[in-house]
Amino acid sequence: MITDKTPLVQVRHLVQTFNAGKKDEVRALQDVSFDIYKGETLGLVGESGSGKTTTGRALIRLYQPTSGEVLFAGQDIAKLKNGSAQMLAFRRQTQMIFQDPYASLNPRMKVKDIIAEGLDIHHLVHSPQERDARVAELLAEVGLNEDHASRYPHEFSGGQRQRIGIARALAVEPQFIIADEPISALDVSIQAQVVNLLKDIQDKKGLTYLFIAHDLSMVKYISDRIAVMHNGRLVELASAAEVYHHPLHPYTKSLLSAIPEPDPDSERQRVPIAYDARQAEGGQRQLVEVLPAHYVYATAAEVAAYRQSN
Amino acid sequence: MERILEVKDLAIDFATYAGTVHAIRHVDFHLDKGETLAIVGESGSGKSVTMRTVMGLLANNARVVSGSVKLAGEDILHKSEKALNQMRGNEVAMIFQDPMTSLDPTMPIGKQVAEPLLLHTKATRAHAMKEAARVLALVGIPDAQARLKDYPHQFSGGQRQRIVIAIAIINHPKLLIADEPTTALDVTVQAQIVHLLKDIQAKLDTAIIFITHDLGVVAGIADRVAVMYAGKIIEYGTVDEIFYNPMHPYTWGLLEAMPTLSATRKRLFAIPGTPPDLLTPPQGDAFAPRNPYAMKIDQEQEPPFFAVSKTHAAATWLLHPDAPAVDPPAEIKRRKQIWAQKEGNHDYR
Ligand SMILES: Nc1ncnc2c1ncn2[C@@H]1O[C@H](COP(=O)(O)OP(=O)(O)OP(=O)(O)O)[C@@H](O)[C@H]1O
Ligand SMILES: Nc1ncnc2c1ncn2[C@@H]1O[C@H](COP(=O)(O)OP(=O)(O)OP(=O)(O)O)[C@@H](O)[C@H]1O
Ligand SMILES: [Mg+2]
Ligand SMILES: [Mg+2]
Repeated sequence: MITDKTPLVQVRHLVQTFNAGKKDEVRALQDVSFDIYKGETLGLVGESGSGKTTTGRALIRLYQPTSGEVLFAGQDIAKLKNGSAQMLAFRRQTQMIFQDPYASLNPRMKVKDIIAEGLDIHHLVHSPQERDARVAELLAEVGLNEDHASRYPHEFSGGQRQRIGIARALAVEPQFIIADEPISALDVSIQAQVVNLLKDIQDKKGLTYLFIAHDLSMVKYISDRIAVMHNGRLVELASAAEVYHHPLHPYTKSLLSAIPEPDPDSERQRVPIAYDARQAEGGQRQLVEVLPAHYVYATAAEVAAYRQSN
Repeated sequence: MERILEVKDLAIDFATYAGTVHAIRHVDFHLDKGETLAIVGESGSGKSVTMRTVMGLLANNARVVSGSVKLAGEDILHKSEKALNQMRGNEVAMIFQDPMTSLDPTMPIGKQVAEPLLLHTKATRAHAMKEAARVLALVGIPDAQARLKDYPHQFSGGQRQRIVIAIAIINHPKLLIADEPTTALDVTVQAQIVHLLKDIQAKLDTAIIFITHDLGVVAGIADRVAVMYAGKIIEYGTVDEIFYNPMHPYTWGLLEAMPTLSATRKRLFAIPGTPPDLLTPPQGDAFAPRNPYAMKIDQEQEPPFFAVSKTHAAATWLLHPDAPAVDPPAEIKRRKQIWAQKEGNHDYR
């Protein structure tokens, strides 16, 4: 739980455009601003292609922003010099767990070397014995066992590979973890274990998470606040409970209405609320604090209506 | 009912540096025309390997230990590579779990989607590309026509999966195997894809095997469900039987672990422990070490299937006539009450 609201990450008017000026130009992020407080979990949900991964990657400086900035612990990460001590520290403090457990593991490396890569880069272990012991500990932490250490990624199922990715991220004891759909590839029982595990590690080590997902029901368990993205913009940002019980933006409502429940009778009757993106086009819109700590991307008239309806 | 697929006594081993992995340990199931079978189960339980076998796509280090796979009456396991190629993308298509490995990173997506048409039909290039744009739009790629020349890395994870679905359906297969096709998608798109698959099924009478760990999706799409654990099917039944009258403690655990929007628990229920290492599969019931209801016999002897109805069976000693009555978890009792109501005065355990 968050006790103070010191921002660890501040995203300011971030714009990310791919293939600028070309026929296939994609405006992946359009003026995105939000904070992530120290020790909190911010859930980031939204449609496929809405810009969640791009946001996550921007936070580990995989891209140069088209415009806008990302501050980590008050420092503009675009200004960190490659190879500098600050850059190295930033690389260690911020880790990403990738969406795609297949593509993110080097197929020619043994699991123990994948996990220990960060340990080696940051000189966190001092002997082969210590290295093996630390790897074994990390494997246990994510529900794998020591025997797995000398195998190769292709010998694992999708879910097992994702856990290897989590172990690799935890190895360097980061402060901030961006988890890009870390549980999508896992079956429910393991999802629950991983979500509980991420929570336990957070409680123990005071970590800050950006938890990217499309599964709102899981996100609800892990997040303090939830940001909803659509079309490269943040359309709603509020506490997890607010988003669930009191969604305001029509896209959020549509998202909530589409969550399938493990109940054949109710699934037979499900009528998802359709969302027509045109209802949020035109007019002057911005992310406005409609209610205390509850932000919605809206026009002035919509803001008034939202406040009225409350 | 026309039988599309019949898998009997399938067992598959993998040779690895660490030893032999007994990945699939005697699996039976079947599928009729127009039916949807969902396969659920823990990561590593063998869902993908089973389906790759049906596609004739076994890894180099795999060995078929026993069994047969009949697709539309023909034995897959003894077909030539040429015959298998003819079958894939034509009679049977698979949507793979990982969109990135099933797309060619060096080829524009339009060409990849059009390829099955060019390979298996007499379509002209121009017609195939037009059809590709149409199917891409159908699966929800915006500006499909303009993006035909883009490469896979220029699309988001969910968009890539939709491209893979487009490739699979462009040639109207008889059997469509979807390996976690919606895991990478947000729920609204997932709902659309599920709808799309149902629609294709209704139009073409396609049989669908849907692998997923999302029991919510299963509830909405499946006619029948098979639950896998450690290389075996441990329970199967109609969708109602599995959701409202589950018998195997592993199925109970899966249902309990589902988060529901209304629930307010702070911690999720998780099945404790990890699945067994299939290098040395346990002697008794593979689930026993994680099963709070395990009995002595579970450690010693593998349970056979016990029939619950004509369509429903579970491999658990709890169903043995001499087994003591157990008290299922609250969530399971709630479900069984719904079943009891559905069945009238049905006696439930
Ligand atoms: N390197 C790139 N070049 C061109 N376009 C890109 C690139 N990376 C992403 N995009 C585009 O940017 C948009 C946002 O993609 P992003 O991967 O951030 O989506 P996402 O929200 O993570 O989606 P998903 O839930 O499917 O993973 C998409 O339209 C995508 O096609
Ligand atoms: N080529 C291979 N060599 C060795 N072992 C393999 C190989 N392919 C799969 N396995 C093993 O076979 C078992 C079944 O794997 P499979 O990919 O079918 O699991 P799955 O049920 O699809 O899991 P997930 O839900 O994680 O995708 C796993 O233990 C896996 O490690
Ligand atoms: Mg993504
Ligand atoms: Mg799989």
